[in-house]
Amino acid sequence: MQTKFSVEIGKLKLNNPVLAASGTFGYAEEFKDFMDLRKLGAIVTKTLTLKPRQGNPAPRTCETPAGLLNSIGLENPGLEIFIRDKLPFLKKIGIPIIMSIASEEESSEFLELVSRINMIKEVAAVELNISCPNVRGRSNLISQDAEATYKIVQEVRKITGKVLITKLSPNVTSIGVIAEAAEKAGSDAVALINTLGGMSIDVEQRKPKVAAGIAGLSGPAIRPVAIRMVWEVFNRVKIPIIGMGGIMDVSSALEFIIAGATAVSIGTANFINPKISAEIVSGLKEYLTRNKIADIQDLTGSLKICSQR
Amino acid sequence: MKNFQLQAKILAQTRIKDNYWRCELSAPQIAKNALAGQFINIRVNDGLDPLLRRPLSIHGAGGSKIKIFYKVVGKATEILAQKKVGATLDILGPLGSGFTYSQPAARSPQPILVAGGMGVAPLIFLAEKLRGAKTIVLIGAKTKDQLLCAREFKKSGCAVKIATDDGSSGFKGRVSDLLKNLLSAPGPRPQPIYACGPKPMLRAVTDIANARGIPAQLSLEEHMSCGIGACLGCVVRTKDGLKRVCKEGPVFLAKDLTW
Repeated sequence: MQTKFSVEIGKLKLNNPVLAASGTFGYAEEFKDFMDLRKLGAIVTKTLTLKPRQGNPAPRTCETPAGLLNSIGLENPGLEIFIRDKLPFLKKIGIPIIMSIASEEESSEFLELVSRINMIKEVAAVELNISCPNVRGRSNLISQDAEATYKIVQEVRKITGKVLITKLSPNVTSIGVIAEAAEKAGSDAVALINTLGGMSIDVEQRKPKVAAGIAGLSGPAIRPVAIRMVWEVFNRVKIPIIGMGGIMDVSSALEFIIAGATAVSIGTANFINPKISAEIVSGLKEYLTRNKIADIQDLTGSLKICSQR
Repeated sequence: MKNFQLQAKILAQTRIKDNYWRCELSAPQIAKNALAGQFINIRVNDGLDPLLRRPLSIHGAGGSKIKIFYKVVGKATEILAQKKVGATLDILGPLGSGFTYSQPAARSPQPILVAGGMGVAPLIFLAEKLRGAKTIVLIGAKTKDQLLCAREFKKSGCAVKIATDDGSSGFKGRVSDLLKNLLSAPGPRPQPIYACGPKPMLRAVTDIANARGIPAQLSLEEHMSCGIGACLGCVVRTKDGLKRVCKEGPVFLAKDLTW
């Protein structure tokens, strides 16, 4: 039996549904010694802004029970240097590159970034990071407001033919409402979840363990929350979902797909086992064969709900 | 330099004293390529607690073996200390930049190694590489009982000087003050300085070295989430902006740090 393992995110076809999540895979070069990068479905870059960003003061990360708190603060070299120093390596890999972008101030930055990215033919898709919790001076994230989400996605949609992915925050009352706004505005897909707001305290010093105070929690600790949110969003929108949040192995990747994700992103697990994404790719294939599933897309949202008695 | 992910078998696991352990691992690719000052990132078990790897300096390398030297300070190191000979550890390495030193070592001027507490771990490997260079090692500890690796440094042909906070052995006071005294002595000035230890000690060494214009290489310690340059968690301020301790470091030139 020939198993179909490719998936579509809008018009973007991926050889397999496993992505490296933004901010956990650098610009891919960091992982080249540990795995064959071509095994990935796609790579999502560390979030880029127009200008270089220094990010937040150290300490920037701390381990929590089955989780990781981080507040890097979107440190990145800026678009110019990314194009000069990081893009050439990414291009050579030969798999789709998804550029994650964020704006520091106004939506005009998103528009300028996207108009520049439009000219880079090797970039297959743009991920709008409107959900980073670690940017100072912003009390609300765009993705915490359905109207603001609609507005920015619509503005970007107007100026780009690239596949558009909107990355959503779990720090909301109803993620389904925000996902609907992104869909209505023309997003090709939604990616969820970004990190969950969290905090950890050094009781001797009475200081936060991460210098910025509030940070973003990732890792297996947030997985059940993420799966629940994928399920909620799956029931609200028709566009594909890229699911993530604490995927550590094949079984947790499958949970996301069964809950409604078309593709999955591997994040924190890359830090623990740098070749984990390649292992998950082979594990998913093995699962399909073992269960005689002809097409991985048949698995998406295939959750069997217990009928009420 | 190429990095490797290996399942390294534990060949020896010895308690040195109290909470201090030395462990020998079979890791041929790492042993062959390791530079003094580099580190490995260890996954102590397959579970979710601890979740992340733990970085430890390479304490020695030869043939197909590497050594690590560690202190049990928390859950991960506790698990590590319970591992028996024959067990395997998932390790990444050799990571980061190493110390820079002239080869053959005998040609270099007289190097000074400054080790505070667990700072001895990477400096033992360096002392071995510097064999023949009339190296001076300054070891600092709170008390005589907490002194580490003096014998090993002597075995590598180093002249060892000791500083303890309570004066129970050697110079009474900080190891950085001992360094200051040594550099103020008449005669040709030994250099360069290589240091590893707690942050306050490294800051003091930085000030001493920079004030005298002596080149100094410092090995920094920082919490790391990935150890391979991806997460940007372990940054330090330098003249050229933030640098990753795991990638551009852990060894930095004192004159470049602005911390």
